[in-house]
Amino acid sequence: MAEISNEILLEMYKKMYMIRTYEETLGAIYYEGKTPAFDISKGPIPGELHLSSGQESSAVGICRHLRPEDAVVGTHRANHFAIAKGVDLRKMTAEIFGKATGLSRGKGGHMHLFDTNVNFSCSGIVGASFPQATGVGIAAKMQGKDYVAVAVGGDGAANQGTFHESLNLAAAWKLPVIFVIEDNGWAISVPKNVSTSIDRNTERAKGYGIPGVYVDGEDVIAVYEVAKEAVERARRGEGPSLIEVRVYRFRGHFEGDPQLYRPKEDLEEAKSRDPLTKLQNKLLERHIVDEAKLTAIKKEIEDEIKSIIDFARESPYPEPQEALENVFHRG
Amino acid sequence: MARKLPMYLAISEAIAQEMERDPSVFVMGEDVGAYGGIFGATNGLLQKFGPEMVKDTPISESAFFGAALGAASKGMRPIAELMFVDFFGVAMDQIYNHIAKAHYMSNGQVKMPIVITTAIGGGYSDAAQHSQCLYALFAHVPGLKIVIPSNSYDAKGLMISSIRDDNPVMYFFHKGLMGLGWMPSPEEAAVDVPEEPYTIPIGKANIVKEGKDLTIVTISRMVYEALWAAKELEKDGISAEVIDLRTLVPLDKETVISSVKKTGRLLVVDEDYLSYGMTGEIIASVVEQNEVSLKTPPARIAYPDVPVPYSRVLEKFVLPDKDKIIQKVKTMF
Repeated sequence: MAEISNEILLEMYKKMYMIRTYEETLGAIYYEGKTPAFDISKGPIPGELHLSSGQESSAVGICRHLRPEDAVVGTHRANHFAIAKGVDLRKMTAEIFGKATGLSRGKGGHMHLFDTNVNFSCSGIVGASFPQATGVGIAAKMQGKDYVAVAVGGDGAANQGTFHESLNLAAAWKLPVIFVIEDNGWAISVPKNVSTSIDRNTERAKGYGIPGVYVDGEDVIAVYEVAKEAVERARRGEGPSLIEVRVYRFRGHFEGDPQLYRPKEDLEEAKSRDPLTKLQNKLLERHIVDEAKLTAIKKEIEDEIKSIIDFARESPYPEPQEALENVFHRG
Repeated sequence: MARKLPMYLAISEAIAQEMERDPSVFVMGEDVGAYGGIFGATNGLLQKFGPEMVKDTPISESAFFGAALGAASKGMRPIAELMFVDFFGVAMDQIYNHIAKAHYMSNGQVKMPIVITTAIGGGYSDAAQHSQCLYALFAHVPGLKIVIPSNSYDAKGLMISSIRDDNPVMYFFHKGLMGLGWMPSPEEAAVDVPEEPYTIPIGKANIVKEGKDLTIVTISRMVYEALWAAKELEKDGISAEVIDLRTLVPLDKETVISSVKKTGRLLVVDEDYLSYGMTGEIIASVVEQNEVSLKTPPARIAYPDVPVPYSRVLEKFVLPDKDKIIQKVKTMF
């Protein structure tokens, strides 16, 4: 296996740093207007918000191999995949703020991000991604194209019928689909060892006759290597693969989740296995960057996010009566 | 002894008391254990009854709703919760083809004492897949009783009745009535609740405000929007009667019809979608009776036929509320 280039490592670091900074920034803004008494309906970002801090490596390691025409179907916690796939971050942020400049002019919200320019979508329903990505695989095959589809789900979603039905269908029809399970160990409050009969969902791949690889997301390079093989296999028309990435949920299931069910050690363990810190150390060790360069990189990303947030805040809300538009396509 | 309780505690208390009374009653669903239900409906039950009686399930809804049927067939009385009504698509077959129909298809040989609980409603920007009501979908299917309380007193009494009922009951609680603190909820929804168990008959509407000029028929959180509207309408000399249906199946047509006979005007208010829904059903039930003569055509306000938008300004535009009710009522005089 060829050694991963310094250029790719640096690029992946920038993406991961961008995701982390973005999520933590949104996380802080979310509580504006919601303190001291937490009220989910208040503030510049109302409704639910599921952030992906700690899970950056799965999105970045996988999406590094994707082209704009490849599809990613994400989950309720999708910001990291959206950013890694190249969704227009200004429009995405404006959407999360419910603004007219958003991806869907405020109709969709953070669990329902659609950017057809880069073939990205996501859903608030657990397990919805698997069959949809399978359908993208059908289209690729029927059209004779070599684009691929990535379906993302959490470890909880692997207990949905859609997961098993889609694995079988994609395997039986040899479709170019990469099924990704992000194993953060929790289905909201239910730990994986309570909900799931085996330790690793990748064991289940055997039942469908496809490759299944478990990878520790603490190391984005490992994710990158595993994903490379799965994406190339799909592009060659050799069928689907299942990848399960061990990721670490740094925050609650949703913002405002008191996490009373979660042992303190679990969160500490998660934070001690930060994929971003690990990659940063690697960059420094290999002299890909020095401290000064690193600081400059971070500053640049932070400034970009600041300008994106300003754009979203300053954008106008949609006209109220737009609520009635676009139920059906006209044309 | 009665004390003021938020709806979520009234529901969990009702379940706890029934579990103590009848060991065949048990709870299963997502996050019903350690979390106590995302909206608190199973608060404290795990601590009291343990994980055998309060089961946190995998995210496998077809499995646990179908399993509720199987357990019920052997004499258990399962309460199965699925967090949001919006999520039911993944398990509909077990509900509408099996749980709802087993009694009929077996000509009464099997009974299905199952309570299915779920959260409904919007108003806090949770968008298209987490804000719907959808109870009319289930009311449409023969064989399911539909219970939708609007305050903590009704919530407890109706939950106990639901658990004791030998038929499948779908019990919908509005997130915006539960009194959770972190979700806006009218203060009026938290009322005095007796400590001891009691029942409220399923299929009996409640006249929450008497009036003589107009009947407003509604349910769930819209009861409060209707009451607030009625209060303002009094200032304009319009006396509105407000009926909280409390259950959609069975439907208490008598209470509605006798009220409309008195007032001669009917407005139905619903947070569920407009077309093919509760508003049309209530109006048809009234006008098909030859005995009722209306002074003005019947009117309705419901969620227009669009998915729930995310942005606050968009959602406010489509969500029925007090102001939309007042505006509509004024066109009826």
